[in-house]
Amino acid sequence: MSGAHTKGSGGDGMKWVGRSIRRLEDPALVQGRGRFTGDLSAAHWVRFVRSPNAAGKIKSITAPDGAMVITAADIEGVKKITPMLHKFNYKPVGQPILADGEVRFVGEAVAAVVAATEEEAEDIADLVEIDIEDAAALVDGRAAIADGAPQIHAGMPGNVIVKAEIKTPGFDDVWASAAKIVRCDARSNRQNATPMEARAAHATYDSATGRVTLHCTTQMPHLVRTAIADCLGMPESDLRVIAPDVGGGFGQKMSLCVEYVLVTWLARKLKSSVAWTEDRRENLIASFHSRDQYITLEGAFDENAKLLALRADILANTGAYSCFPTTCGMEPLMAMAEMPGPYDVQQYDCLARAVVTNTCTMGAYRGVSRPSITFTLERLMDKAAKAFAIDPLDIRRKNLITQFPYKSAMGLEYDEASYRETMETAVEAINVPAFRARQQLARDKGEYLGIGFATFSERTGYGSPAFAARGMAITPGWETVHITVDPSGFVEARIGSSPHGQGLRTTLAQIIAEEIGVPPEMIKVVHGDTDTAPYGWGTFASRSLVISGGATLIAARKIKAKLLKIAGHMLEAAETDIVLEDGKAKVAGTDREVSVAAMAREAYTQTHRFKGEIEPGLTESGTYDPPGTFSNACHVAIVRLDAETGHVKVERYLVAEDAGRIINPMIADGQVHGGVAQGIGNALLEEIIYDESGAILTANLADFMPPTAHEIPPIELHHLETPSTQSITKAKGLGEGGTIGPPAAVVNAINDALTPFNVEIDTIPATPQRIRTLLRNAERAS
Amino acid sequence: MSEKTDVTLTINGKDYAIAVEPRRTLADAIREDCGQTGTHIGCEHGVCGACTVIVDDAPVRSCLMFAVQAEGKAIRTVEGLADGDKLHPMQQAFMDNHGLQCGFCTPGFLMLAVGVLEREPNISDEALIDVLSSNLCRCTGYQNIIKSVRAAAQEMRK
Ligand code: FES
Ligand code: FES
Repeated sequence: MSGAHTKGSGGDGMKWVGRSIRRLEDPALVQGRGRFTGDLSAAHWVRFVRSPNAAGKIKSITAPDGAMVITAADIEGVKKITPMLHKFNYKPVGQPILADGEVRFVGEAVAAVVAATEEEAEDIADLVEIDIEDAAALVDGRAAIADGAPQIHAGMPGNVIVKAEIKTPGFDDVWASAAKIVRCDARSNRQNATPMEARAAHATYDSATGRVTLHCTTQMPHLVRTAIADCLGMPESDLRVIAPDVGGGFGQKMSLCVEYVLVTWLARKLKSSVAWTEDRRENLIASFHSRDQYITLEGAFDENAKLLALRADILANTGAYSCFPTTCGMEPLMAMAEMPGPYDVQQYDCLARAVVTNTCTMGAYRGVSRPSITFTLERLMDKAAKAFAIDPLDIRRKNLITQFPYKSAMGLEYDEASYRETMETAVEAINVPAFRARQQLARDKGEYLGIGFATFSERTGYGSPAFAARGMAITPGWETVHITVDPSGFVEARIGSSPHGQGLRTTLAQIIAEEIGVPPEMIKVVHGDTDTAPYGWGTFASRSLVISGGATLIAARKIKAKLLKIAGHMLEAAETDIVLEDGKAKVAGTDREVSVAAMAREAYTQTHRFKGEIEPGLTESGTYDPPGTFSNACHVAIVRLDAETGHVKVERYLVAEDAGRIINPMIADGQVHGGVAQGIGNALLEEIIYDESGAILTANLADFMPPTAHEIPPIELHHLETPSTQSITKAKGLGEGGTIGPPAAVVNAINDALTPFNVEIDTIPATPQRIRTLLRNAERAS
Repeated sequence: MSEKTDVTLTINGKDYAIAVEPRRTLADAIREDCGQTGTHIGCEHGVCGACTVIVDDAPVRSCLMFAVQAEGKAIRTVEGLADGDKLHPMQQAFMDNHGLQCGFCTPGFLMLAVGVLEREPNISDEALIDVLSSNLCRCTGYQNIIKSVRAAAQEMRK
């Protein structure tokens, strides 16, 4: 073990960084003064008519007389959304904005009705008749690659849209030398990110300039602008995209959706304002889905339970089309790249495939692939522990990486992390012996408790080289921040990143405050508007605090340097004797000081005083494109299983995590809480279910069940801080981490509870029905 | 379907004379006809609670009520919670305890919690979780919402 891991936050004598200051975002939001896309009114409203069939040719679309109904024929010239990967046998397919001759999933937009009110548009949409020559639906990923399966897209036999393979040299020999091979067949079913605000778009045409302003609920406004301008063949500068307050995204709002393209097209065509708000049913059937993977993982262990080699077969059902910009390669390729997770194993053989089916397109969802990878890997570890008859913690102790930097079998560089330390912290806090005693007592009474662990690493804050390595045509990564101190001394930071609830305005303000010594209340962070914010990639992949935070720090340091110069002139002192604090520059050890406001005023109005040593004004930029880092955590779940009903209650949940330096502990904790709740939902409840015909049976929130306050136990948090060398703020990012651990921890706990019954569950969500089926089959068999 | 009925909605003590179709939900009327967009819509089928407002002292889901049914009743929305510049203890508690992230569910939770605590100031912790489980939040994992409401309950009892 190497390096420094400190427990808890703080240190370094910092004034603003590391403090739980209240969020600057909140006063407006708690007073109902937030501005969400759906709050805007429009002259025209759109309702999409969606395919009731999963597959087939469109024979006719009949619109009621006098109604304005747009179909594919009307939008000729509008380009399909065609995401590209220049690697891995990728077969590009374009998604038409409106289904063109053929439908490929239930919910695909076939036509758009435009009317003066939402209700009218809805009424007309009900009268639009779509006649489809029904074809057999293919909804399961494994069925899609079976012999004789129908083809979803012409020229794609076998329905494999991307396929990647890797095998390290020497794998076969090591495999052959193993004492034991342990296997896990894991299944993560399809899920939906379910932000509380569904999607919405509002586009207005400005007849004076010919520009369109699109408000939409997105995580990446600049990329939306680029992509829509491409589809519509318009100058990008004629489109302004604004992400106002966004009611949660969780990845679902980081892909371009056809609806936003069409709404923009309509505003230009009608030279007016046009709006669409998605209803919950649409969100569940036609927004981006996630998680749908089959993973078979085998581990070869030596006689001491040391993992020697891993073999993986990863199959992701990525739906009918490929999502923009990340493509359908995202889930399977990320699983392939990050599979060995926190374990030391240098031999790896992996086949990863994405297949197309007649289901809704898959996009990102908080955690992307890692919930599935971690679930499989951690199930494998528990199975291996059983096979070797050792403690599940001991097998982890034998195999977790402890020497850093570490180069994985896939060539990823892991910077300093604390896999062992977080686990030991968690183990100590949960008190395993006490639990085992309680478990035994309960068992004697016919009650079933279980404990489950999950250790994992989360790749965070990675820049453009990481995306380029995937062969993506669009390689997001860097971020730019412009900081201006205005002539009144107030600070404005314009950022390319685009948060949607993470509190980034506050954390970035803390980073700036730390550098230039003005309080966060005097710092405004401006984002989400392509007219006022620099080009940037938005908020996803636990990147914003690391990358935008890094760019912020770079820009703030430049401002600081400039302020010191100005202060040097104004106070007639050496820069090295000056400190910036409390909104002032002070000469150390004297009572000479000048306010930032006075300095800013001089920077604009008295530039001659600085003898050409500084540029006029007080604006600086920072751009940052880091290599990427890894956060890590150990999650522990204690569950109570009702063997009669199959119901699982999570009684206790504990997280020991390490995200490097924490800028605002309160906000960091909130991110973990929210992630864990989603992860528990993923583990136990949430499932998009298709029937054989390709219809969705879970199209409302009573059937697709996000957890409520009842299902989420108090979440206990322990922080370790391993400062990152790969991130200039030393922060590692943690937006997704909370979601990654629970499927593994909870299902391992369920399996621990199931031990007396000699059955195991390797499917998420682990619903009562699935658990009861296992128990019933076991009863029958005995 | 487009025959409109005149109704007067009393929202936060102010009357709004509007004409709506009988099928118009109270949520839509509050947001679109009265311009009070603080009340949010997350599902329109009564599950998420984002649209919760207080009608005659009881929290209700405004997506499950028609605007015409609210005639003559006192409606309170998030916009009316603060007393001028002074935030309601519940709003303050949500800010102090990080009870919100994206803030989309927040107006619904605030109105739910205020409505319940006004009727039952000494509500037990267990019953409180029961009540809060009627609204969905996708960001906070509920931890800090529960903490916020407990803190506000103490403050409101003072
Ligand atoms: S919008 Fe009314 S309960 Fe969801
Ligand atoms: S704060 Fe985002 S849904 Fe509750």
